[in-house]
Amino acid sequence: MDKDQDKILDEVTTGEYKYGFHSDIESEQIQKGLSEDVVRIISAKKNEPDWLLEFRLKAYRHWLTMKMPAWPNLKIPVINYQDIIFYSAPKQKPKLNSLDEIDPELKRTFDKLGIPLEEQKHLAGVAVDAVMDSVSVKTTFREALAEMGIIFCSFSDAVHEYPDLVKRYMGTVVPYTDNFFASLNSAVFSDGSFCYIPKGVRCPMELSTYFRINAANTGQFERTLLVADEESYVSYLEGCTAPSRDENQLHAAIVEIIAEKNSEVKYSTVQNWYPGDKDGKGGIFNFVTKRGMCRGENSKISWTQIETGSAITWKYPSCILRGDNSTGEFYSVAVTNNHQQADTGTKMIHIGKNTKSTIVSKGISAGKGQNSYRGLVKILKNASNARNFSQCDSLLLGDKCGAHTFPYLEVDNQTAIVEHEATTSKIGEDQIFYCNQRGISTEDAIGMIVNGYAREVINKLPMEFAVEAQKLLQISLEGSVG
Amino acid sequence: MLDINNLKVSIAGKSILKGVSLHVKPGEIHAIMGPNGSGKSTLASVLTGREFAEVTEGTVTYMGNNLLEMSPEDRAKEGIFLGFQYPIEIPGVSMVNFMKTAVNEKRKHHGLDPLSASDFLKMMREKKELVEIDSKLANRSVNEGFSGGEKKKNEIFQMAMLEPKLAILDETDSGLDIDALRIVANGVNKLKKADNSFIVITHYQRLLDHIIPDVVHVLYDGRIVKTAGKELALELEAKGYDWIKKEVENNVIA
Ligand SMILES: Nc1ncnc2c1ncn2[C@@H]1O[C@H](COP(=O)(O)OP(=O)(O)OP(=O)(O)O)[C@@H](O)[C@H]1O
Ligand SMILES: [Mg+2]
Repeated sequence: MDKDQDKILDEVTTGEYKYGFHSDIESEQIQKGLSEDVVRIISAKKNEPDWLLEFRLKAYRHWLTMKMPAWPNLKIPVINYQDIIFYSAPKQKPKLNSLDEIDPELKRTFDKLGIPLEEQKHLAGVAVDAVMDSVSVKTTFREALAEMGIIFCSFSDAVHEYPDLVKRYMGTVVPYTDNFFASLNSAVFSDGSFCYIPKGVRCPMELSTYFRINAANTGQFERTLLVADEESYVSYLEGCTAPSRDENQLHAAIVEIIAEKNSEVKYSTVQNWYPGDKDGKGGIFNFVTKRGMCRGENSKISWTQIETGSAITWKYPSCILRGDNSTGEFYSVAVTNNHQQADTGTKMIHIGKNTKSTIVSKGISAGKGQNSYRGLVKILKNASNARNFSQCDSLLLGDKCGAHTFPYLEVDNQTAIVEHEATTSKIGEDQIFYCNQRGISTEDAIGMIVNGYAREVINKLPMEFAVEAQKLLQISLEGSVG
Repeated sequence: MLDINNLKVSIAGKSILKGVSLHVKPGEIHAIMGPNGSGKSTLASVLTGREFAEVTEGTVTYMGNNLLEMSPEDRAKEGIFLGFQYPIEIPGVSMVNFMKTAVNEKRKHHGLDPLSASDFLKMMREKKELVEIDSKLANRSVNEGFSGGEKKKNEIFQMAMLEPKLAILDETDSGLDIDALRIVANGVNKLKKADNSFIVITHYQRLLDHIIPDVVHVLYDGRIVKTAGKELALELEAKGYDWIKKEVENNVIA
């Protein structure tokens, strides 16, 4: 029986990464390496105002004083920042007929990824900002949204068109001093999405950003800033993929969310960066700082993440619950297969009164994958009647993988109610056989059982993406069993 | 339909079935009785392809094919159904999704298109009525939080959905109240046709009051030691297994 288990476990590795192709697109790159000059070059390429260059330089100088965090439960190889190209932009063919036209090869790439850039072809009700390497190549439905006062554009455009908004909010949730990777991003970030929902507006479509790394030896450092003004609502989704390469590539992003009084932001991620091959060669290092601030009372920020890709994931989408009665939520499914490592979780910082947070984390480990949940619940002195509920479940497929939980709790107010539940389980042979006996193959059975396990989280995704996420979970675990 | 010849099976090196022969024709109902631990569930495990039951000798032919060479899911798709003695819970997987996958996998195997959502739901509805299962059970996750009896009824419902050629019911009657027992028995009787067969594993005559078997076998210590008509069940009910054990021992001595 053990032999059989080994055989099946071996097949884990047959699950192929479906987005590993590379597109032959000419790109404009700067020399590799990082220095103050490089920061200036990036800023100049983007034609940035002085205040932004200053921000970058301050961040860069601060970064030089910092060290990479050593506390995550991860084995991270040494990263040589002088070997990375910090800016790479697909070369746009000399201007075509209209301003809106984009290079056909770029279009083909995004078509292949299932992200058509023509508005009429896209899923109804989803607007997309498509980012390749260091720049945004197209934002759909910009005009339609603008009619409602919604701003949805690339970060670079926002810097030029809405400098006041960017200046007012950028760095207020994740300061450039926040952590090693946040400082790095603040110095060299290239593009990303900007979104502003004005007072009283319910955004009628899903907004989404699709990140694609294409060029070799480059890093991607994007920044997303999302502001929901009073009484507004928006649901936002990001997806990402990269070609299969033997070298590791660095992705260090920042996402900042600001939710004003009575507003609600749903932020969903389907992370499918190249995870590396079955021997652990290659793959994306995904070191991301995501944080939301519930500034106004009754505001709500909800993070949902399906993490199936990346060689190493280090991310803790968090909520600062400053407004009274504000709510933070974190729903996560993280898969580690083969040699993937993930150290992910959340921080819920309760500052306001009657603030509520919910954490549901579902780790799935297969192959030799290592999966850690790390979560902090902090209740400050004035946060009376704060409530938190945390549930951290781990599912193991096979016996060569690992699951770890690191919950931290700091409570400075007696009236707080904090609950924590944790479980670890294995997919049972009994469950698989039960499915087999009904005519369902082992592969499909595992997909079904894993999706059942993750259902609570998947249900939080926008409908259109829940189906995709289910397929992705199944693919990323193809063949694995315990 | 099913021909088992001199089947010997061991689990973890220990011999459990010690030469079982059994022949089931289309349209027949066979009952298998026998004391705890005699190997009844093990027989069901072998027929459905559980790995831990290792076949050391003998043959099993199902509809002309070597059953032992088929994968568990192929056996299922070729019409073998097991009503589990202990049905398994699968949290988060809805009965609808589970059954839809099972039904469509089977259809695919037989070259049929998958059922449309509406046709499938119609089928669910019909079968639910046929086996009188509570509508709500079918909307929940597979067996999750079901009571013992509900799990057993759910097995019968799945059997109705999958319309097997050979259904093996492993103590589907234990743990059932009187009404549920009638429901399960009625379910079997309604699904019974001229060309499908049942192997009913049970400890109690009361099930056989409702499901009339053509043949009753007694499995004792890994062997079928007695085969007779339905009256054998009554005799066992009245006298227990001791007299069979004695007979067997005398035979061995003689
Ligand atoms: N997975 C297993 N590992 C080890 N021994 C097993 C296993 N399954 C069954 N056995 C043993 O095989 C023998 C036959 O068990 P089996 O379950 O087939 O009996 P049964 O006739 O169905 O009994 P019951 O009437 O109690 O259901 C028992 O001694 C049991 O302990
Ligand atoms: Mg049994």
